[in-house]
Amino acid sequence: MKKHVFIIGGGVAGAEAASQLVKMGFDVTLAEKETQIGGKLNQWDRLFPSKRKAAEVLDFINKNLVDSKARVLFNTEISKISKQNGGYKIYAGIEECTADAILISTGYDVFNARIKEEYGYGIYENVITSVDLEEMFRNGNKIFNSNKEEPKRIGFVHCVGSRDEKVGNHYCSQVCCVTAVKQAMEVKEILPRAEVYCFYMDLRMFGLQFEDLYRESQEKWGVNFIRGRVSEAAENIDGTILIKVEDTLAGRPLKMKVDLLVLMVGFVPSAGTTEIGKMLNLDLTPENFLKPADEHLDTSSTNLKGVFIAGTCKSPKTIADTFADARAATLKIKEFLEGSEK
Amino acid sequence: MNQDWGYGINKDRQIDFDRNDRRLAEYIRKYVPSYKLCISCGACTATCSTANLTDFYNIRRLNIFLMRGEIDEIAKHIDKCMFCGKCELVCPRGVNTRQVILIMKEGIKKIKQNEQL
Amino acid sequence: MNSFDIFVLPFAIGLYTLLIVFFAKVFDWIKHLPVGDRRKIGRGIRSRKLFGVVKEIFLESLIHRRIFKVNPLLGYMHMSLAFGWFLLIVLGAAESKIYGRDLLNTPWDPIFFKYFKHDTNEFHSAFFNFTMDFLLLFVLSGVFLAYLKRIYARLFGLKKTTKHIFFDRLAIISLWLIFPLRLLAESLTSGIYHNGGFLTDGLGSFLAGFMPVGHLEYTAWWLYSLSVGAFFVALPYSRYMHIPTEILLIAMRRFGIKTTTTFTNFSQIEVYSCPRCGICIDKCQMTSALGNEKPASVYFLNTIRAQKVKPGLSFDCMICGRCEQYCPVGISLMNHRLVQRNKLISNGYNFQFLKNGIPEKARIAYYAGCMTHLTPSIEKAMIKILEKAGTDFVFIDKDGGACCGRPMMLSGNFEGAEKLIEFNRNNILKSCADILVTSCAICYKVFKSNYDLPLKVLHHSEFILELVKSGKININKSGLRAVYHDPCELGRGSKVYEEPRELLSHALELVSTGYDRENALCCGGSLGNIMLGYEEKNKINAAVWKEMMVNDPEMLVTACPLCKKTFNKNAPVPVRDIAEIIADAVQISPVKPNHQLAPEQIAG
Ligand SMILES: Cc1cc2nc3c(=O)[nH]c(=O)nc-3n(C[C@H](O)[C@H](O)[C@H](O)COP(=O)(O)OP(=O)(O)OC[C@H]3O[C@@H](n4cnc5c(N)ncnc54)[C@H](O)[C@@H]3O)c2cc1C
Ligand code: SF4
Ligand code: SF4
Ligand code: SF4
Ligand code: SF4
Ligand code: SF4
Repeated sequence: MKKHVFIIGGGVAGAEAASQLVKMGFDVTLAEKETQIGGKLNQWDRLFPSKRKAAEVLDFINKNLVDSKARVLFNTEISKISKQNGGYKIYAGIEECTADAILISTGYDVFNARIKEEYGYGIYENVITSVDLEEMFRNGNKIFNSNKEEPKRIGFVHCVGSRDEKVGNHYCSQVCCVTAVKQAMEVKEILPRAEVYCFYMDLRMFGLQFEDLYRESQEKWGVNFIRGRVSEAAENIDGTILIKVEDTLAGRPLKMKVDLLVLMVGFVPSAGTTEIGKMLNLDLTPENFLKPADEHLDTSSTNLKGVFIAGTCKSPKTIADTFADARAATLKIKEFLEGSEK
Repeated sequence: MNQDWGYGINKDRQIDFDRNDRRLAEYIRKYVPSYKLCISCGACTATCSTANLTDFYNIRRLNIFLMRGEIDEIAKHIDKCMFCGKCELVCPRGVNTRQVILIMKEGIKKIKQNEQL
Repeated sequence: MNSFDIFVLPFAIGLYTLLIVFFAKVFDWIKHLPVGDRRKIGRGIRSRKLFGVVKEIFLESLIHRRIFKVNPLLGYMHMSLAFGWFLLIVLGAAESKIYGRDLLNTPWDPIFFKYFKHDTNEFHSAFFNFTMDFLLLFVLSGVFLAYLKRIYARLFGLKKTTKHIFFDRLAIISLWLIFPLRLLAESLTSGIYHNGGFLTDGLGSFLAGFMPVGHLEYTAWWLYSLSVGAFFVALPYSRYMHIPTEILLIAMRRFGIKTTTTFTNFSQIEVYSCPRCGICIDKCQMTSALGNEKPASVYFLNTIRAQKVKPGLSFDCMICGRCEQYCPVGISLMNHRLVQRNKLISNGYNFQFLKNGIPEKARIAYYAGCMTHLTPSIEKAMIKILEKAGTDFVFIDKDGGACCGRPMMLSGNFEGAEKLIEFNRNNILKSCADILVTSCAICYKVFKSNYDLPLKVLHHSEFILELVKSGKININKSGLRAVYHDPCELGRGSKVYEEPRELLSHALELVSTGYDRENALCCGGSLGNIMLGYEEKNKINAAVWKEMMVNDPEMLVTACPLCKKTFNKNAPVPVRDIAEIIADAVQISPVKPNHQLAPEQIAG
């Protein structure tokens, strides 16, 4: 009989793993709590580093998944998981399934910017997040402030909810620096006359082409970079936002009025990740992501036999890394299932 | 032989790491462990009530001066702090800035009076 | 009556030593008191305040009413020891004077009365014998509880009891022995002469049944005298100095003397009045949440008394006021901490950069406070309410301002704080407002206590309540269940407990916690503690959250931006300021001012 793998979460990681596992000859069920596959990708317009449309990547995983004929349960959340005959019994929505292995790919949530109250998200209308900005791009590149005017000056605040002890997240979310650079360029593309400022503590351009993007943003688009962490934002009567920051390289405090302030929200473990982790009693990293069995040698297994993890439920990642990670997990699962057959 | 070709940096602008007095920095390191965590992000200065009113006060820079041993610069400005605590609230690294300031003032007083730190 | 034996000497020497040392101290204290304070005593003694003094001495030094309030069993223990002993002395003196027909007998006459006076067949002897024995039993019950307290501190609502120094030990051991020895001595005597009451005679007869009471009697009286003498000698150097000192303290306090910004001899008297009851250790969150007993007020007073104040301890206190609230002696513990800080630090300041502007004039001056600029939702809610109510207001620190001075004061730099106060005061006065409203509990505290403003100062919770009461705004009530957290500076600091609760009850359901009003916990974010690192503050806050959640509220409401920020980090339920709650609950009035945005225009 074919071995059965149950996958929780149908973002990039879950969908890619599902089609790969079918190809390897396993029975696969994928449970996704939303009505569509792709997770966060559905919210993005164009992707770094190449500015290709997110839809292209979505099409790719969707097509693979459909072709693989893996069983997909939409609108399905997991209520309980119990151990059974060396495998697991999963209560998914109205169904009860048994599985020989479980793959968790429940992803991340973006940081709730309201917690960082001094930036005024949810209080001032012209403070938005990088997610809101992507939505503007997707809705036909229309960037307006609350007065339905095109903003003349836009500020990007890096590290919102990341690298910040005061909100309990001390880690770096990795992709927001390059996302800010990407979005800054896109804004300039749409509003060539607007001034764009990025306020950063460090620019973490770790990917092979990321430094080029940074360079391009300066050279071609004239994006400005100011090194300093924004301390707070206030609203002027006309709805513009006054931000306070120190230009640490000039060594002087700086005030700036912007028409739109974009907060580069970081990654936190998604609600589903936390929930499943608790359900199965999985080890967590100090950052509360799911913890791999070994940081170098086995990043796909967990402390529980037969339970695997892939994607951003275990740390912030780019899409490319998420793909690679999902495929790595399928190999580990294969090794586990075939090993247990003998 | 001591030659001066006129190519050196003006003495008072240069941080002379070998000659500077880093006693105060060591003293503060000992009493405020979080002081070491500063990443010079500037959020403290950005929010600082005093810096909002006078350009000549920059708590982040005073921290750096401290690490480099530039005591005179600190002594000139540190008394401007109003102790409001905003800096502490915004610091992403959880530096106990007010304690640093308090001990800086203390240390400077001692240094001025030639006391042991 | 011949009433001398060599064994009275330890007692007599002890007593005279005590009297000499104590009065020398009192003389010295009073002599070096600030002139103003001395005058207050002079005036006080001749005024009706004296009645109050006597009453308070009776209630506090003898009955220990305040300890009763914190814990009845602990109260009983203190009362039986103090009041019981007091009655023993008074009645004993009366007894000996009546028998001896001598008003000016020696001080040891009443103490060793039973040893010298064997024929007690006068008509009042039955009364004295019974009462004296009854009182002895009363005191002994207190002694018994004191033994017990050493063993089971928890029974008394105390998780910790105080640690002792040498003289304390000597005093406590002798104190513990005095009454059992008195019982023994009187019983043995009564075993021979049957001159005791129900207790001593009963025990005496019983002992006489199998013991050579006649031989033991003399030794027992010796031991009794020694124990009293030892106690008296140790007393001025031990915590029991609090017994006579507290009387002095009560009087001086009633005459209007306080510890303010300097350490005076009155402060010294306060220090000596601490009986080291340990209540403050238990109330202190440094102990309960961080397991750090050292900063507790009782130990801090110890260091002052020993003149070994260290910066570490002085600054490691949140000035939350929980200890002071419950201190049965009513010592101004927070001021003591600040005064010592003031002595320790370099009080430099340099505020030449402060330049008074020309503020707008309006009837209401709104001062948000530094911290409120980091919680813009409070600011926005206040502006909404002020506009809704159609008030004439000016936002005086809209673009930030000088700090109110309270944090500087908390750091012990009174001189610097004074400068900031002077600056802000001028600004406020120039706005010609009748009412000053602030959103920050810290600012409120200093405006109220130190600004001496000729206008009404209101915290925003008080102000909004006035608006609601006068019908300027109407609010909708929801079924939301919320807890209210009293900010230290607003609650214990300024005694504003009811207004926020009354206001909130118009908008939601209030749920109680075990820590309301005077007993409120400090959120942990306090500006008072300069030593605490951010992680420790967090730990304190996490412990507070646990208590706040006992009755499953859906929200936590507070009235201070710093509390809000502190609570936000570990929040299991949303945290909001009282102004935000009201701003949301304000009924939409039919006429909408046109500069306001329609809800559909407000993007997410
Ligand atoms: C603003 C922003 C822009 C970005 N832009 C780029 C970019 O341009 N290029 C790039 O490489 N990367 C980008 N990223 C990163 C990228 O979004 C992630 O790498 C990627 O989405 C990770 O995919 P995932 O499958 O691990 O997680 P997710 O996309 O979060 O997928 C998790 C899925 O699991 C589902 N799920 C969760 N819990 C449960 C549950 N209990 N039961 C069932 N289903 C559940 C969710 O509904 C979701 O579909 C960006 C990130 C941000 C924040
Ligand atoms: S990637 Fe950049 S913006 Fe994101 S957390 Fe790291 S440093 Fe901050
Ligand atoms: S405490 Fe001092 S340094 Fe910090 S923000 Fe206030 S004035 Fe500035
Ligand atoms: S906010 Fe903290 S980390 Fe940033 S410069 Fe100030 S002290 Fe350093
Ligand atoms: S300071 Fe007050 S509460 Fe503390 S031990 Fe002394 S009397 Fe008791
Ligand atoms: S004021 Fe608060 S923190 Fe300080 S000693 Fe008293 S209870 Fe403890």
